[in-house]
Amino acid sequence: MAPWRGIADHCRLTTAIVFGALAVPEPGFADSILAPAGPVGAGDRIILLDATFIMLAIVIPTILATLAVAWWYRASNTRAAYRPDWTFSGRIELIVWSIPTLVIFFLGGVTWIGSHRLDPFQPLSSAKPLEIEVVALDWKWLFIYPQQNVASINKLVVPVGTPLHFRLTSASVFNVFFIPRLGSEIYAMNGMTSQLNLQADKPGNYFGLSAHFSGDGFSNMHFSTIAVPQAQFAQWIAQARGQGSVLDNAAYRILLRQSVTAPYTYRGVQRGLFDAVAMQKLPPGEGPSADSGAPRPIPGVGQ
Amino acid sequence: MTLFGKLTWSAIPFNQPIPLIAAAIVMVVILGVLVWVTVKGWVPYLWKEWITSVDHKHIGIMYCLLGLVMLMRGFIDAVMMRSQQALAFHSEGYLPPEHYDQIFSAHGTIMILFAAMPLIIGLMNFVVPLQLGVRDVAFPTLNSVSFWLTATGALLVNVSLVVGEFSRVGWLPFPPLSELRYSPGVGVDYYLWAVQISGIGTLLTGINFVTTILKTRAPGMTYLRMPMFCWTALAACLLIIAAFPVLTATLAMLTLDRYLGFHFFTNEAGGNAMMFMNLIWAWGHPEVYILILPSFGIFSEVISTFSAKPLFGYRSMVIATLFICLVSFCVWLHHFFTMGAGGDVNAVFGIATSIIAVGTGVKMYNWLFTMYGGRIRFATPMLWSLGFMVTFITGGMTGVLLGVPPADFLLHNSMFLVAHFHHVIMAGVIFAVMAGITYWFPKAFGFRLDEGWGQAAFWFAFVGFYVTFVPLYILGFLGMTRRLQHYDVPEWTPWLLLSALGTFILLCGAVCQIVQLAVSIRRRDALRDVTGDPWDGRSLEWATPSPPPTFNFAHLPHVENLEAYWNVKQRAREELRLDRAAPYEDLEMPRNSPTGFVCAFFATIIGFALIWHIWWLMILGLIGAYATFVVFAWRDVPEYVISAEEVARIDSANRAVRQEALLGGQPS
Repeated sequence: MAPWRGIADHCRLTTAIVFGALAVPEPGFADSILAPAGPVGAGDRIILLDATFIMLAIVIPTILATLAVAWWYRASNTRAAYRPDWTFSGRIELIVWSIPTLVIFFLGGVTWIGSHRLDPFQPLSSAKPLEIEVVALDWKWLFIYPQQNVASINKLVVPVGTPLHFRLTSASVFNVFFIPRLGSEIYAMNGMTSQLNLQADKPGNYFGLSAHFSGDGFSNMHFSTIAVPQAQFAQWIAQARGQGSVLDNAAYRILLRQSVTAPYTYRGVQRGLFDAVAMQKLPPGEGPSADSGAPRPIPGVGQ
Repeated sequence: MTLFGKLTWSAIPFNQPIPLIAAAIVMVVILGVLVWVTVKGWVPYLWKEWITSVDHKHIGIMYCLLGLVMLMRGFIDAVMMRSQQALAFHSEGYLPPEHYDQIFSAHGTIMILFAAMPLIIGLMNFVVPLQLGVRDVAFPTLNSVSFWLTATGALLVNVSLVVGEFSRVGWLPFPPLSELRYSPGVGVDYYLWAVQISGIGTLLTGINFVTTILKTRAPGMTYLRMPMFCWTALAACLLIIAAFPVLTATLAMLTLDRYLGFHFFTNEAGGNAMMFMNLIWAWGHPEVYILILPSFGIFSEVISTFSAKPLFGYRSMVIATLFICLVSFCVWLHHFFTMGAGGDVNAVFGIATSIIAVGTGVKMYNWLFTMYGGRIRFATPMLWSLGFMVTFITGGMTGVLLGVPPADFLLHNSMFLVAHFHHVIMAGVIFAVMAGITYWFPKAFGFRLDEGWGQAAFWFAFVGFYVTFVPLYILGFLGMTRRLQHYDVPEWTPWLLLSALGTFILLCGAVCQIVQLAVSIRRRDALRDVTGDPWDGRSLEWATPSPPPTFNFAHLPHVENLEAYWNVKQRAREELRLDRAAPYEDLEMPRNSPTGFVCAFFATIIGFALIWHIWWLMILGLIGAYATFVVFAWRDVPEYVISAEEVARIDSANRAVRQEALLGGQPS
C-alpha cells in the first residue's frame, strides 16, 4: 500500500473519531484499538471514547473562546472595551472552579465504574475459560496450554468465543503483554503472577507485542494471535502434540538465553513449569553473556 | 584489579562511526571555543564574572545557556530517533538496537534533567530575586554550587558518548533490566552518577529558593503581593525538596544493588522491582509539575503584561497552584495501572489524576479572563503563550484519558503516551521557556531579541509540533508501542514518515531561534532597551536598569500592592514626579567564590572514578571535595562593599532614564 493511500485511509478514520461515528471500523484500519475483536477491547474502547467526548464538550469551546478573546481584544481593535481594572469576579471564579469540577465528577464516575468492570483479573463470564500461562523471556513469548499440555513460542492460537484466562509471569525483566485488538494490557513480572481475561469474538490474526522495553531484542518480541473456530483449535492442538520436543527443565534453560526466534511448538510441557518459574524455583533469564561494556549484537537476529 | 578499573581502550567506540564522529565534532567545537577564548584574552573575565560568580543573574544565565545547549543535544537525539523509525519498516534502519537504545535513553534523561530543569531553574534564578525586590538569593555560593553540580551531570552524560556507553534502559532505569545481570556495562552507572550529582544540585536549589522566597522579600511584599511566577517557583521548589530525596534514595538503592551486591530490586534473593516503580514515580510525577508549575508562572506574567491588565483571579491562581502542588504527590500509580493493582486502587488514583485537571482548568480560564478586556500586543512571548493555551488544553485532555484506567489499558506505553507527554512538556515547558527567554532577555542583556525571527521560530515550532505529534497519537490507536527499533506493521509507516517530516519543521524552528540570537546580537544597538522596561511591565524586575547592576536595587523597594512596579509608574504619572530618592548607603554584596566550580571539578572526578571503578581516583576526588569545603567554611571575608557613591551614580542614571520615559523629561 502506498504511503499516501494509508494517510488517506487514516485521515478518514481521524475524521470519524472527531464525529464519533466509530460503530463500524473503517477498512485499512484493521489493527486499531478502536476496532476491537472482543468484549474487553470493546469495553475499554467505550470508556476511552466516552471520556474523550465528555472532555471535548468543554475543551473545544474553551479553545474557540481563547482564540476569539485574543483576537477581539487585540490592541489595534478600537471597538474593544479596555477594562484594565477588571481583575476579579466572584461569580466567574465560582463558574471557573465548577466547570472542571463537574466534568471531573462525571468522569470520576466513569473511571470508578470502568476500573471495576474492566479489572483485568475479573473473569468475563461463568463459562469455563481456556487456561493459558504466559512467560515473558528474553526476547520471546512462551505460551503454555496446561489443560492441553502443549506449549508454543511466539504464536498464540485461541478458540473464538471462548473466555481466555491468562496467568502471566516473566523469566527475566519486566514486559507488558498486549494484543491491541483484544484489549487490556498487563505486566509480566519476575517472581509475580498477574492475570488477564480476554476473549476473541471474531476469527482473525491479531498482532501481539510487548509494550514495555525489555532490552536490545525488544523490537523482535512480538507474536501473532490466531483466533480460530473451536474445531480448528482442537486440530491445532492435535498437530502440536504430534511434533516438536518436550519443554522440560533442560529445554527451558535454553530458552533462558537471550535470543529471538520464529514461532514453534512443544509437544509436551513438564508439569508445574509455570509455577516453578513464577515462584522463582528456576533461575532467572541469563542476561548478556559477556561483560564487555561495548555494544553487543543480538543473538538470533538475521538468522 | 588494574590501575584504571574497568577502563580500557575498548571503551572508546573506534569501530562505530556515528558516536565517534559526533564526539569528534563536539571535541573540536569545545577546543575551538577554548582556544578562541584564550587567544582573545577573555579567560580572566570569564573566571571573574561568570565561572566564580555568585550573582543570581549570572548563574541564571549560565543555567539557561547549559539548558539550551543540552536542548540542542537532546533534539539531535530526537531527529535520529524519528528518522530511524521512519526508515525501520522491515529493516534495521541505520541505528542498531544497542545505539538506538542509548539514544532514546539519553534523549529522555537529557531533555528532562539537563535541558528543561536547567532552563526552568535558570529563569527562576534570574527572575525570582528581582521580582521579590531583593539583592540575591538566600545562599549565593550554594547557588553557584548547585549550578556547577548540574553542569557536572550534563558533562558526565556527554562523556559517555566517547568513553564507554550511556544507559540503554530508558530515561528511568527500571530494574531488573537496569540490574547488573541484564545491564553489565557502564551505561546505567553513567546515568546513576550523572543524575545523582545533578540531583544534589537541584535539591540545594530547592532549599535555596524556598528560603529566599519565605525569608527575604522586599519590605511590604506580603505573600499575596508576590508575582505569580514567584508563587509557582515556591510551589516547584517545595516539590523539589519533597521529591528529590526520594529520587536520591531510590537511585542509591539501585547503586547498592549494582556495586555492592545488594538485592533491593533484583530478581534474586527477595528483591522487588515493583517497589522501584513506586519509588521512582513518587519522584517522577511531582518532577513534571516541578517543570510545569514555573511554566504556568511564566505564562501568567507574559499574558498579564501583554494584555496590559493585572492577572485575573490572582488568589484563585495561587490556590490552584498549591492545589496542583499537593495533588501531584497523590497520583504516581497512574504510571502503572497495567500492573493489575485492582479496581479500587486504580480507580482512586485515576480520579486523583483527573482532579489535577481542575487546578489546570481554573488557570486556563483565568488566563482567558486576563485577556478579556485587555489590549493585547502579539509580541513573540505572547504568541508562545497563546500557542500554549490552545495546545496545552488538548494535551491535558489526553493526559486525563491516560488517567482513566480502562483507557490506559489500551494506551499504556504506546505512542499515544509518547505524544501526550511531549504534548504537555513541549507545548507547556518548552513554549514557556521560549516565552520567558524572549520576555526577560532584554532585562538580562540590555537589548531585545529580533521580533521577525522570533515569530518565525514560533510558527515553525507550533506547526512542527502538530505535524510531529498528532501522527504519534494515531500510531497509539494503531497499537504501536514506544521504543521500537524496527517494526513490521505496514499501517504504521505513513504516520512515522509524517512525524519525521514534523521533526524537520521543528528543526527549521530551532534554526530560526539560533539565527534570531545571531541577528539580535548584530543589531543590538537598534534593539537596545534604554528604559529598562521594554514591555511596559508590572513587577519589580522592570524597575531596574537593563542589565541590572550587581546589587539589583539601590534601595529595597517598598511594596504596597500586588503590582509593585505598575503602582510606582501610575503614581509617578499622577504626581508628575518620581518618588524621592532616599540617601544612598554602602552596600555589602557576597564575594565571588570558586567553591562551586572546584566542587564540580572534584564531583566530576568522583563520578567518573565510580563509573569505571577507579577507586584511588575516587578517594582523591573525595579528599579534594572535602578540602574545598574546609577552605570555603573557614573563609575570612565573605563580602565586599560597594560604596554609596557608586550606588548613587548607577541609581541616578536609572532614575534619569525613568524620568524621561515616564514623564517625558520634566524635572522632578
